[in-house]
Amino acid sequence: MADTSGTATAETVAEHDGDDGVRRRDFINIAALSAAGVGALGAVYPLITQMAPSADVLAESSTDVDVSAIEPGQAIKAVFRKQPLFVRRLTPEEITAANDTPTSSLRDAESLADRTKEGHEDVLVTMGVCTHLGCVPLGAAEGEDKGEFGGYFCPCHGSQFDTAGRIRKGPAPTNLEVPDYEFTSDTTIRVG
Amino acid sequence: MSFPWAKQYTPANDFTKWIDEKLPLPRLVYNAVGAGYPVPRNLSYMWNFGVLAGFCLVLQIVTGVILAMHYAPNALVAFSSTEHIMRNVNWGWMLRYAHANGASFFFLVLYLHIFRGLYYSSYKAPREMIWLLGVVIFLLVMATAFMGYVLPWGQMSFWGAKVITGLFGAIPLVGEPIQIWLLGGYAPDNAALNRFFSLHFLLPFVTAGVIILHIWALHIPGSSNPTGVEVKSESDTVPFHPYYTAKDGFGLGVFLIAYLAMVFFLPNFLGHADNYIEANPLATPANIVPEWYFWPFYAILRAFTFDFILPAKLWGVIGMFASILLWFILPWLDRSPVRSGHYRPLFRKFFWFGLIPCILVLGYCGGAHLSTFTILASQIATAYYFLHFLVILPLISSFEKPEPLPYSITEAVLGSDKQAVLGENAQPAV
Amino acid sequence: MVRLLAIGAGLLFTLVVMVSFVVDAYNAATTETPKTAEKVFYKPAEAPAGGWSFAGPLGKWDIAQLQRGYKVYKEVCSACHGMKFIAFRNLAELGYTENQVRAEAATWQVPGVDPATGEAIMRPAEPTDYIPSPYPNDVAAAAANNNAIPPDLSLITKARKNGTNYVYSLLSGYQEIPAELTEQFPEFSTPFGLYYNPYFKYLNIAMAPPLMSDGQVTYDDGTEATVPQMSEDVTAFLTWGAEPTMIKRKQTGWPVMIFLVFATILAWMAKQQIWSAVKPSKRKD
Repeated sequence: MADTSGTATAETVAEHDGDDGVRRRDFINIAALSAAGVGALGAVYPLITQMAPSADVLAESSTDVDVSAIEPGQAIKAVFRKQPLFVRRLTPEEITAANDTPTSSLRDAESLADRTKEGHEDVLVTMGVCTHLGCVPLGAAEGEDKGEFGGYFCPCHGSQFDTAGRIRKGPAPTNLEVPDYEFTSDTTIRVG
Repeated sequence: MSFPWAKQYTPANDFTKWIDEKLPLPRLVYNAVGAGYPVPRNLSYMWNFGVLAGFCLVLQIVTGVILAMHYAPNALVAFSSTEHIMRNVNWGWMLRYAHANGASFFFLVLYLHIFRGLYYSSYKAPREMIWLLGVVIFLLVMATAFMGYVLPWGQMSFWGAKVITGLFGAIPLVGEPIQIWLLGGYAPDNAALNRFFSLHFLLPFVTAGVIILHIWALHIPGSSNPTGVEVKSESDTVPFHPYYTAKDGFGLGVFLIAYLAMVFFLPNFLGHADNYIEANPLATPANIVPEWYFWPFYAILRAFTFDFILPAKLWGVIGMFASILLWFILPWLDRSPVRSGHYRPLFRKFFWFGLIPCILVLGYCGGAHLSTFTILASQIATAYYFLHFLVILPLISSFEKPEPLPYSITEAVLGSDKQAVLGENAQPAV
Repeated sequence: MVRLLAIGAGLLFTLVVMVSFVVDAYNAATTETPKTAEKVFYKPAEAPAGGWSFAGPLGKWDIAQLQRGYKVYKEVCSACHGMKFIAFRNLAELGYTENQVRAEAATWQVPGVDPATGEAIMRPAEPTDYIPSPYPNDVAAAAANNNAIPPDLSLITKARKNGTNYVYSLLSGYQEIPAELTEQFPEFSTPFGLYYNPYFKYLNIAMAPPLMSDGQVTYDDGTEATVPQMSEDVTAFLTWGAEPTMIKRKQTGWPVMIFLVFATILAWMAKQQIWSAVKPSKRKD
């Protein structure tokens, strides 16, 4: 329809329909084609959004974790959004080590206090996902390599994280992510 | 297309010229559904359904590929994954209802397309190949639809799969091994579900390939038309574009209104409640019926009840398959030189007062609860069905005196065939 | 040649099917099918007097009714029937807040795993859990219910013909065997463990009357809990459960329809205008 509306000449049409015939005719064709275009666009919308997370996936985006049983120096792995979540109770030495590091020397400047909740500075909650390319770092389980800085060590490309989960050495650009969470009681956190 | 007055594609600029030299795809489209394809000027709205059937295939492929992103073909979770699509996936309910009702509307359009072909004898020379390929497409779509219906793994899915594969069990000696081989087990289960899913995904693309052949074969003699008189001169035709693209665009709009009204307001009207019960090998639904588009054939299957030399079950299977396969020899059964039913008084009577009521009765009986009445009615209708195609059509041309045909399509449209009449308006004044 | 073979085949098929016809017709004429109580006393399902708020293209959920229905389901139906496709998070659609949903979920017990020992335990449900079945498996369900497995109710109104009305009629339709029935079919009886209900196809149903007396459930909004009222409310809830997207579907349909009608009128005008050149009879001059 589009190209023929372009080929219509004013003379041929004017003979039949008078002066404003061209405009009216063109208008109908353009309007019909535009409507078809709008309809097609509208149909594409659900076809694209169907790939976004479905309702059951979105609903899994909060997880409750009981942190009472974690001894200082220990860590547990929980699952948050189908990804590992590290919850670690720091020893006083680890806290000191983290606080003694000047933030100005860090690639991603954050203090331990920035990364924990007030009153619970010994509970470090981070995603167990290396910020480099998404491997799971070692160091959460007993006996695993904690790296040079006593935190986490990513075996894929050698990123080293300190006791506050901050990147100290290796390719990872940022610290291990601290997800949104809150203490719903003294012993339980709700992540997400 | 071979009409000498067909417009030739001329590239508009250097880029399209370059494309035309390297890969003349725009030229192909121009000659297939563009201004380069001259079409009889007198096509009625019955000629809209070919394009609509093509649209339905695209619709089914698009929605189907998307549903396959969320569906899991495993007997343990197939039913739940279908409900997952309905409840959790963004717009999943719409996509599934669009696909399920899309199948129904695909068949509706196909049946109208086939009835057009039967009434106007579109199967006659020189268009036999188009018809034969059309029957192949119909068989492929039927197979695809059947396997698709199994995928939600509801009660009707399960028992449909069991009953239809059971048809092959009617074949003497090898029947039972064939049925077990088809299912990959003694009853429909994971193996059957997985192969049905695989084939359900594959066959539409095979169908698309055969449709390309169907359209290719169509472009050799060109489209038929309601008079059945072949195109004689340029004044008998108009270019496909813009005339028939505009008409098909309007037809598509009407189709979409009917189709989406079903999708949004009555999405389960054509379905069966039992298919919302998860497949249960231990309980058969009270009335196993296929989807409406298989009802006529199902009625033929159930019409044979008496062991006449061969077992009734085998007769039913033979009758059902024969009822479709006989379409393959239709071009050689109907020898009347006149194509259009408009000019065949006797054929017209048998068509409207014989074949159409017969198909409707078969359709009703195939979907209804089995009763004495539906069995007896479907037996009479089945008898007429075979008589119509295999006996009446071959014989009718000997007795029939066709009505006078118009000299040309132009005469049929304008009342007289003078180039001058059309000449002044030959160009579309768009 | 093809035609001769075809005529032969056509006559053969006709002969075979007509033999079936004659045999069946003879049998039908000579044997009398006895009338059964099921045929005479079965009643088709009906909607309640006021109809359903969600019916028709303009229907809407009655949120208060769905909440009442959920209460009936929880206090009565859930003793035997699960709803495995409904998660507690879905209750947010019935107008509950996130905290109310969490609290409501916690009142249900679902199978879980003891995090310390790994043993199977029952734990309070979370919003992401699904409404559990009261039975661990079908065998247990059959054993506890006189061999009739109570179906899952997630899809019940879609899984029965005319499902919403069917569920409503069935729940409010339990009664004594009518005197006329006994008169006409003296041998008809309701076996032990079955109950007479004219809305059930075989008249005797294995489900004991679940809603027996007014006030069986105490509604929070003060609505009087009569048996028809409770039946209606729980049916509305089950209809929601079978298709929570139903109202969204209808509400999406309207703009789509209006747009399509508009676009189709435009397409018709464009088509008329394009064809006006070659359709002399339609021209005005």
